Amino acid sequence: MSVRVVLGGPSTTVQDLGRRGLQHDGVPEGGAMDTVAARIANLLVGNEENAALLESTLAGPALLFSGAAVVALGGGDFGAMLDGEPVAPWHAFPVRPGATLALGNARSGCRAYIAIAGGIDVPVVLGSRSTCTPARFGGVEGRPLRAGDTLRVNETELPHLRRALATSLRPVHATTVRLIAGEHQPLLDEPSRAALFGDALRVSSRSDRMGYRLSGATLRLREPVELLSAGVTSGTLQLPPGGEPILLMADHQTTGGYPVLGHVASVDLGAVAQRRPGDPIRFAEISLDEAQRLYLERERSLDALRRALSFPA
Amino acid sequence: MAPRLAIVPLGDRALVVRVGDRIGDEVFARVQAVLGCLETAHPAITDIVAGFTSVTVHYEPAAVRSLAGEAPHAMLARTLEARLAGLGASPVPHARTVEIPTCYEGELAPDLEIVARHAGLSTDDVIARHSAPSYVVQMIGFTPGFPYLAGLHASLATPRRAEPRTRVAAGSVGIGGEQTGIYAVATPGGWNIIGATPLSLFDPLRDPATLLRVGDRVRFVPVARERYDAMAGR
Repeated sequence: MSVRVVLGGPSTTVQDLGRRGLQHDGVPEGGAMDTVAARIANLLVGNEENAALLESTLAGPALLFSGAAVVALGGGDFGAMLDGEPVAPWHAFPVRPGATLALGNARSGCRAYIAIAGGIDVPVVLGSRSTCTPARFGGVEGRPLRAGDTLRVNETELPHLRRALATSLRPVHATTVRLIAGEHQPLLDEPSRAALFGDALRVSSRSDRMGYRLSGATLRLREPVELLSAGVTSGTLQLPPGGEPILLMADHQTTGGYPVLGHVASVDLGAVAQRRPGDPIRFAEISLDEAQRLYLERERSLDALRRALSFPA
Repeated sequence: MAPRLAIVPLGDRALVVRVGDRIGDEVFARVQAVLGCLETAHPAITDIVAGFTSVTVHYEPAAVRSLAGEAPHAMLARTLEARLAGLGASPVPHARTVEIPTCYEGELAPDLEIVARHAGLSTDDVIARHSAPSYVVQMIGFTPGFPYLAGLHASLATPRRAEPRTRVAAGSVGIGGEQTGIYAVATPGGWNIIGATPLSLFDPLRDPATLLRVGDRVRFVPVARERYDAMAGR
């Protein structure tokens, strides 16, 4: 079975859960920006959580299916239509041969995931099928999809069930983004500290899968610090000299040398991934212990979901 | 007497081992020693990344089997601390030397004049001084396979360009501040470009994908344009 891209949309890439263990070679982890949405979408169609799927940003593609398939959508609601009939996110639905699945503009969220039973069959490069656009490898030729591309889908026995994710299990994103204090946060001057936890910060239009630039307030340290580059992680909030913070996301550079104001709790990275340019980002403090407690809790609930959704052999 | 290593959290999925405050041979040797020491320290560790004066340890919190009530970061920090206790400035393990054929000519070296003027040297002197030392790969970062090289002759230190280029070709050899490096993939960049190598520093389809790794010694070997073209298959 294969899927033909009729319309690429502004940016749809093949992603899985990324490349682990290669940051020492400067290779970004990459992978889905909203990992929870991607994992759930895969689970709904009976895939491994790490199966390759499509991630669309702000608007989606139109896909023509050559054969029968089972598909689930996760993440933002992009007003998806299957042969002109609306299909909602968070449930698995069958697709007939010759059908067209078209996603429109984001109605909610910023990123939509399209999981297809079997998973998308692109070559594994450096341990992952993710598209690394900054270095142009992985996925489909290291680039977003465009009209005319054909994606092969791995053969699999199609699940028969029409499965929907209970509303209570769908990711809910709080309006605040929880931030673990970073090394240089105490060096912020008083107005900047107030601004960091105030309501002026917004996702700038200069934001992508590498990082979100935040605008709306200019943050200053009481005194400049000279730093030497060191390893950084997704969720790290850096302060370049210009005063507009940068929040590192999935395709971030592996090392950085700007002052570190904080780190978004991993459980809130999906919420950040669903913010669009212009959306507010309001930070709230969280302790590291609490962030890890929430992380372990989330992993346990995903384990439970995986068991609940596991298909009879 | 070696300074005490500090282990501090970097968000909820990484820890940083601080090795020193300034770049130097001694700190670098200790960074190397820490890298070697932590390689098999705990199964939850997913990656260990060298910085100039620190080592970042990435880990999966759910894979840290901590005692009831103890957060994964605290448990892992204790494990690392125990591993690192008594770590001396062990000698850097046998390092490879990798020769980088480099053409310092024409359009491959658009900023050679700028570096020469800044240093008050002729371009030939810049080439001679750049290709003389045995550099050390201190860090890989910025892009896949980009080596930060220590050992640049002080006279060649040149500030980054005020306006970064929107595209620097892979293989470009540059000077940024007190460091020299080689662009491993085509990317925007602000370093002064003084030459180019036909070697591929990063090829995701090659094993290993990166030409260089932290700890390698690097020598630039000047080659004429014809040789560069031949090696680049042009």
